[in-house]
Amino acid sequence: MATQAADNPALKTQDGHPDAVVVRFAGDSGDGMQLTGGQFTLSTALAGNDLATFPDFPAEIRAPQGTLFGVSAFQINFGSREISTAGDAPDVLVAMNPAALKTNLDALKPGGLIIADTGEFTRRNLDKAKYDVNPLEDGSLAKWDLLAFDISALTIEAVKDFGLGNKDALRSKNMWTLGLALWMFDRDRQPIIDWLKAKFRSKPEIADANIAALNAGHAYGETAELSGPLKKVHVDPVPAEPGLYRTITGAEAVSLGLVAGAQLAGLPMFFGGYPITPASSILHHLARLKEFGVTTFQAEDEIAAICAAIGASYAGQLGVTSSSGPGIALKGEAMGLAVMTEMPLVIVNSQRGGPSTGLPTKTEQSDLYQAVYGRNGDAPIPVIAASSPADVFECAIEACRIAVEHMTPVMLLTDGYIANAAEPWKVPDPETFEPFKVEFLTENNNPDVKVLPYKRDAKGARPWIKPGTPGLMHRIGGIEKKVDTGNIDYSPENHQEMTDLRKAKIDNIAVKDQGVTLGPDGDEAGGKLAVVGWGSTFGPIRRAVDNCRKRGLDVSHIHFRHIWPLPANSGELLRKYDKVLVPEMNTGQFKTVLRDQLLVDAKPYTKTSGQPFKIAELEAAIELALAE
Amino acid sequence: MTEVTKVETTLKDWETDQEVRWCPGCGDYAILKAVQRTLPQLGADPANTCFISGIGCSSRFPYYMETYGFHTIHGRAPAFATGVKLANPDLDVWLVTGDGDGLSIGGNHLMHVLRRNVNMQIMLFNNEIYGLTKGQYSPTSRENTRSPSTPLGSVDRPANPCAFALGAGARFVGRGIDVSKNLPDVLMAAHAHQGAAFVEIFQNCIVYNKDVFDAFAAPKGAELQQLWLQHGEPMLFGNPKTGPIKGLKLVPEKFSFEVVDVEDGDWEAAGVCVHDATNRMLAHMLVELPFGEFPMALGVIYDDPRPTYESAVMAEKARASEGKDTSLARLLAKGQSWTVSGTAQDPA
Repeated sequence: MATQAADNPALKTQDGHPDAVVVRFAGDSGDGMQLTGGQFTLSTALAGNDLATFPDFPAEIRAPQGTLFGVSAFQINFGSREISTAGDAPDVLVAMNPAALKTNLDALKPGGLIIADTGEFTRRNLDKAKYDVNPLEDGSLAKWDLLAFDISALTIEAVKDFGLGNKDALRSKNMWTLGLALWMFDRDRQPIIDWLKAKFRSKPEIADANIAALNAGHAYGETAELSGPLKKVHVDPVPAEPGLYRTITGAEAVSLGLVAGAQLAGLPMFFGGYPITPASSILHHLARLKEFGVTTFQAEDEIAAICAAIGASYAGQLGVTSSSGPGIALKGEAMGLAVMTEMPLVIVNSQRGGPSTGLPTKTEQSDLYQAVYGRNGDAPIPVIAASSPADVFECAIEACRIAVEHMTPVMLLTDGYIANAAEPWKVPDPETFEPFKVEFLTENNNPDVKVLPYKRDAKGARPWIKPGTPGLMHRIGGIEKKVDTGNIDYSPENHQEMTDLRKAKIDNIAVKDQGVTLGPDGDEAGGKLAVVGWGSTFGPIRRAVDNCRKRGLDVSHIHFRHIWPLPANSGELLRKYDKVLVPEMNTGQFKTVLRDQLLVDAKPYTKTSGQPFKIAELEAAIELALAE
Repeated sequence: MTEVTKVETTLKDWETDQEVRWCPGCGDYAILKAVQRTLPQLGADPANTCFISGIGCSSRFPYYMETYGFHTIHGRAPAFATGVKLANPDLDVWLVTGDGDGLSIGGNHLMHVLRRNVNMQIMLFNNEIYGLTKGQYSPTSRENTRSPSTPLGSVDRPANPCAFALGAGARFVGRGIDVSKNLPDVLMAAHAHQGAAFVEIFQNCIVYNKDVFDAFAAPKGAELQQLWLQHGEPMLFGNPKTGPIKGLKLVPEKFSFEVVDVEDGDWEAAGVCVHDATNRMLAHMLVELPFGEFPMALGVIYDDPRPTYESAVMAEKARASEGKDTSLARLLAKGQSWTVSGTAQDPA
């Protein structure tokens, strides 16, 4: 087991230059922890570290103050080496109240540092967190380093010149804490100060108060260092390919990828959405990109959102809709219509814990069956899964390409983790993207007779005909249609033929051969164990496999982007391994697809806690699989 | 929105080669002919015309029109049509729905397409029954309707399509009857209206709800039961051959109408109201006139345009895009970014 690192918090390296540090900010959902985390992420990126983040917040907007279920946390793992996950266990826990301490303490590495705001450890808050005795005072935190002081009072003191009431003054507590964190990791305050000035442009006194709090937290670090466990830690920049970088969340990346995809197709984009966690942020991003030919439409419901998108595709734009599990379920019938009418459409599913409303703000990969099989009738659609916030950009372009080249709805799977998590992204050069410009049918493909809206090209795709085109009037709809003409036809032989044609069209989509993500590839591929993943489990699987390989274990990582259809070489590749282990944040859905499609003995390793895999649990699973 | 040039066509140009599959004698045939007769009069261009429907007998309509047509899924036609209009506002969109499709499974979408005021003609064929699924009662069926699903009679009260439309914010509400010679006039007015134009068409389902509208739709005595409204004209009805002409008079103290006789054509003396199609309160009263005591209000009940949804969306998009940088490269690099120079092995 790879647990030795857990006893050796990054903060205590001999030279004060750890290769990675995990920090978790935790507080009440009103304490601004997501904002603090986001700004700390920015400063980390600007310092040149690789990073991965994990925002973890409650479904309630403002859960009752101080309660255990109202705790909002933001974890960041950053380092001078490649970072692939948000980290198994924090080295530093910032606990803004007793509830935050209680709900996050178990995760903290032994010997890790707790920074706690004593001002919030009142009897009332201790009761809410179900502490009989103040844990800061009873010695129960002995296996960790504790830095407890009254952040609330220090914040009030820092902003007293700005004439704010106590309540408003305390709002700057998160900036005070951020200032301390910036000091601790030797970070430049200026980008945060610039951001605060821009954010509170219309309320300069609020900006000034926040900046004062930030500076006060930073200054506190200088003094505390002399006497306490607080040490300045320097994480060196990661060696990175030269180029322009920015941080990106999955929701941003999917929006940008869709914009790029529509441009490559030479089409305006129509986005139909309906508010749902965690997919709404895609609608929010795209609503601000009107100048890129994007029309966003907040529909009356999930069904209307997809139907309007199909209507827009019918009229000649690139229709896109997005939702999360429950909303995707509502869209099922319309997806079937898009299959039947062979209309290009991109459906983005930001998966969350299910079934039903499930865990709206937690991550899961349990919509794979729904994506692959979840429609009435034989209604195959291509399914693509993104593995990280940066990867989703390319996947979105790929989804657009397949949709327009093959005249089909395409589902792009991301999840709550990818949507909210941020990572550094090397900004790509659009000049390097391969365009796939759409050509609408404008001349009759059946001269002197009526146009054939279902006459197929070599790929099996029908022509895209925009209403308004002279001479090509025709009718389409959800009733089975006759080969070529598209007229209603219920005859047995026609339904058989059309079902076969629709299936063949999807089966024959050219998907790049599957390679080995980590481990010997090409002719060398093969070995004792392949760990097969898809989606956001990429980071933990890669790290776990990497760690195991460094210990000499014969294990490879194979990560699938194309879930349906699978790359043609998938079966051949997986059969080169004695064992196939499929870790998934569901009860084994991709495992079922692999078994069914490839007849390989894929074994599941599953987790449905709403939390991403930890590297250590995957390493243990790998060792167990190899030992069996 | 670009001005569309008028195209010369005949009724034949609007007929498809598809066999019409409604039951013989169905009111839908009459509506189909009325539409095919109306379009040439409008100078409409078949290539620029798009019929969009949901599911049900009425929704087969697009297959019989030599235009672009989209037979979608149950109840959702307004959502598809909204997407079509936002993608191409120049298309002339006709929406075909029924009482089940439009007011039951699709009630939500109908409400929102009217509220948003997307420019299209919406024809709701009301036959007060589910036809295609073999005769179950619908949301417009009257109380105590016996049907396969309500063998002892339905107990719920029906919805009033025009009242629903007004309540949803419709700026055009019209009513017609499948076989009425006036139907093309109502459709032309709906077409002339810029915005969502809602037309309820009483349609006779001869198999499952035969002659359910006979009380006012039967030719015999129709004049006494049908009030055809015309903007700026007195609200008169009746047949001078069988009795005095009648009119609607406002009773302010009751906030209601009463039916009065008009002597010698002097409707002003009788106190008959003049129809004002731009008066929303009047429209509410007219669609709610209790039939029996009053005739059925037909024709253009309400017509008071407001800017359309798609024009507002386009305008906002144009405003938001004005002078904006549309370089994809710069969009991708937006936000706080940093440059790594040197090589991976030797970072600067």
